[in-house]
Amino acid sequence: MTGPALVSIMRQGQYLIASIHTALDDSQMVRFQTDLIEKIGQYRSRGVIIDVAALDVLDSFGSRTLRDIGEMARLRGAVTIIVGIQPDVAFAMVALGMTPGAVETALDLEEGLAYLDSRLGFGVSRDRMDRSSR
Amino acid sequence: MDRDVRTDDSARTAPRTAQSRDEEQLLPQLVAHLREHRTRLRQEWAARIQDAHLLQAMTPQETAAETTSVYDNYVEVLETGSVEALQHYARDLSERIIPRGVETHEVVGIVLLLRDVLARSLFEKYQRNFALLNRVLDAYEPAANRIANTVAVSFVEERERVIRQQQDAIRELSTPVLPVRERLLILPIIGVLDSERARQLTEQLLTGIRTHRAKVVVIDITGAPDVDEAVANHLVRTVDASRLMGASVIITGLSPEIAQTLVTIGVDLTKMNTIGDLQGGLEEAERLLGYTVQRREPADR
Repeated sequence: MTGPALVSIMRQGQYLIASIHTALDDSQMVRFQTDLIEKIGQYRSRGVIIDVAALDVLDSFGSRTLRDIGEMARLRGAVTIIVGIQPDVAFAMVALGMTPGAVETALDLEEGLAYLDSRLGFGVSRDRMDRSSR
Repeated sequence: MDRDVRTDDSARTAPRTAQSRDEEQLLPQLVAHLREHRTRLRQEWAARIQDAHLLQAMTPQETAAETTSVYDNYVEVLETGSVEALQHYARDLSERIIPRGVETHEVVGIVLLLRDVLARSLFEKYQRNFALLNRVLDAYEPAANRIANTVAVSFVEERERVIRQQQDAIRELSTPVLPVRERLLILPIIGVLDSERARQLTEQLLTGIRTHRAKVVVIDITGAPDVDEAVANHLVRTVDASRLMGASVIITGLSPEIAQTLVTIGVDLTKMNTIGDLQGGLEEAERLLGYTVQRREPADR
């Protein structure tokens, strides 16, 4: 897989934050999956947030890949949460057979961080300290 | 003199020219006649409206005022040939009388009555000269019909506008998304839930979750008499979509009938969080959000 990555994957403490900016085609989606799974091991991340707020369409392959990423990340020891799903996209995903529960979801990045903090046992206060000390 | 010259010019165009010249002369004459007998004709008209039991929703004073202005507008249109002012007036009038319950047949009826009253006065005036009467009516009838048309169309358009407005209002009101506490929404559904309303409900709920940053949504269907399979499946999808957006949904107020229908038709509701009534749903929602609501004892105050 070559070419520049279309998804920025940022490290934030123990978490990885991946933000998808544009609609991805199938090969770009696979590229994103490979990159992300690799980085989880590289940074020893415990949590992954995938922000899809900029997407107004998501096809069945995209939905399935997101779900697969969640499962793969779990096998690599990280909890995954998808945030920022737009109303239309949410309804389309359900219509395409993506049931909630297969992967965690939250309203936005803030909620996603709060979920990971509580799930992984990091206090919100500690998270704040980390951010300000950096 | 003038007329002779024209007849000589061309035999083919002559009749038309003569006719339009007639109209030019006759209409002012006609208007003058109607102005002169304004009071008598207007009263005659008002009496016929009374006889026909039209406009009963209005008081005699109101009827008198409206008939006077309709009469004046009518004569003005005959004079100028422009229906624009009348259109404006008719729309204005409709706006005033529609809320009073005036029906379309009444409005059309009174305008046609006025047309008849005026036509009769013309018969009376020109009865000695049948040829002239014919020409007068040739001038009068198209104008009068156009007026009747304009008034009727304006009235119906106004009515349609009111109906559209009310439909919009109902549509907006039909699925209110109400914030009860921070991050808690309730969505009471009242009335029949058809597929159009269900679609609208989904849209409003999902955007509501976004704008209010809701974590828990209580959908109360106590007021929905019936749910069919398509709508039930749509509801299930809406609940799933809400979960994808990070909000959990509690459904309350499933009636015994709906519960039986849903299970009989085999809608999979196993993943739905349902609670008996709205009160229970709100209590559960508060629990999920970490609220504890306590009643203060009188001694504490």
